[in-house]
Amino acid sequence: MTKKITISWTVLTILSLIVALIFMFPLYWAAVTSLKQETEVIDPNWSIFPRILSLAAYLDVLTKSAIGTWYINSIATSIGITLLVILISMPCGYALSQIDFVGRKIILLAVVVSIMVPGTALVIALFVLISDFNMINTWSGVILPQVLSPVCVIVYKQFFDQVPKELREASIIDGATEFQILIKVYMPLNWGITTALALVTFIGAWNNFFWPFIMTTKAEMFTVPVAITSVSDAYGIFLARDMAVAILAALPVTAFFLIFQKRVTQAIMLTSGIKG
Amino acid sequence: MKKYSNSNFWGLLLAFPFIFFYVLFLLYPTIYTLLFSFTDSPLIGWGKWVGLENYFKLLNDKLFLKSLKNTFVFVFWTVVPNTLIGLMCAMMINRLKNPYIAAFLLACFFIPHILPVTVVTQVWSWMLSKQYGIIQEFLEFLGYAKIAFFKKKQFAMPAVAIVTIWWTVGFNILLFIAGLKSINPEIYEASDLDGANSWAKFRYITWPLIWPITALVLTLQLIFQLKIFDQMYLLTAGGPFNSTLVVLQLVYKQGFQMNRGGYASAIAMVLFLIIIVVSIMQYYVLRDKEKDK
Repeated sequence: MTKKITISWTVLTILSLIVALIFMFPLYWAAVTSLKQETEVIDPNWSIFPRILSLAAYLDVLTKSAIGTWYINSIATSIGITLLVILISMPCGYALSQIDFVGRKIILLAVVVSIMVPGTALVIALFVLISDFNMINTWSGVILPQVLSPVCVIVYKQFFDQVPKELREASIIDGATEFQILIKVYMPLNWGITTALALVTFIGAWNNFFWPFIMTTKAEMFTVPVAITSVSDAYGIFLARDMAVAILAALPVTAFFLIFQKRVTQAIMLTSGIKG
Repeated sequence: MKKYSNSNFWGLLLAFPFIFFYVLFLLYPTIYTLLFSFTDSPLIGWGKWVGLENYFKLLNDKLFLKSLKNTFVFVFWTVVPNTLIGLMCAMMINRLKNPYIAAFLLACFFIPHILPVTVVTQVWSWMLSKQYGIIQEFLEFLGYAKIAFFKKKQFAMPAVAIVTIWWTVGFNILLFIAGLKSINPEIYEASDLDGANSWAKFRYITWPLIWPITALVLTLQLIFQLKIFDQMYLLTAGGPFNSTLVVLQLVYKQGFQMNRGGYASAIAMVLFLIIIVVSIMQYYVLRDKEKDK
């Protein structure tokens, strides 16, 4: 009896591993393709592993495309979005959680309602607004449509709600202002959640295609995800090079995820309505 | 909540940055889009007021109706399959005894979800490429002819759906695993004593207990997939013959390529309203879930 169970668990484990490997195959194949020579890529006698390992495709991308500029654009806009999202969501979450002020209820309602609003459906108005600000083809133009995150406000509010009230009352007796209480008590107690929200915001901003696609028209202002489609359009079809660009675009977020896996998954569950 | 002498001042001050961005980048654009949809404006600048004319035009606009239909067809191909595949994979991973293998598998399924959409479309364009794609080799091996997946009417939509599921299923798996972990194992042990088989356990224990998560995943998926633009635009650009043109792409096309800002705004308002209605539905579904607890 025990032996039968052991065998079936082993079979199940092996089967699931096979499913996972098939699932991962496209990424393996992209990576392998990027390490082949262009001639080998289109050779009908394809091989599952490069016959000659070659970094030519990567050298090609690094020397002949503007990938350095695209990386800088992506890093700058993603960091800008992340900082702004945290800096505007945290104080608002704190105010909604701890302070009894005029208009609190209506602001809370407005925040909750706005979770439903599909930002991309406002693309015409946002484009006109950004172009009124003369921010088309600027980092600000890419950043600004992405800084409003009602979900972050709600998550901060929920976490600040759980901080023991005594801490706040003691600080008030000590003469601290609300701002000082937030910075010195509530923020340090919730570094974990700030890290988690910052990570998912950064990954989301790095990955975003729609807003940089709408707000930039010049190749030198593209972010990496927008730029990689322009590589194959502008420089002809070279498959190993296309895959090399894709791998280079995927590396930062994949590294982030693998290093901070727990935090990222926690934040994803928090922001989708399951308490982690 | 203790009253503090300057609470109105501090409350409004700390909420102000968010409110400022809220008004500028959400409230104002929403009102602007609504008013714009009642005009015959180009993309930049105001045209003349035409009342509901744009909306009446929509009713007879074959391309708009087609884009609406295509969006719902895409929703059909993605929402339920993505949810069910997510549940199946989650149950598979949840059954593994070895925590390291389970973590490894979860990471495998989740990694595509954290990739930029363009990486996903580049990788799959290569996989499915008619000339050199490895899937074509597989088809040939099975004895089929090569297929230009994104250029054939009957394949384009399902192909984009499969790519979308591959990209996003990890997210569903994550939510389902959290749900499965919260089921008390004693319930399964008790059913073992009663001699329940695997199917009975799934049907009478797992499925009803996991239903709140299933409802959450379904509604999140529905809202997410209604907003489809990126993958579709990148893989098929709406073709062949507009057979994969979706609502958001029509907004983009009318607004940016045909310079009809007012009309594009009317289309956007329809999408806006559909998503708001679905979100309100979601709110009630999830509220009932809270009640059940």
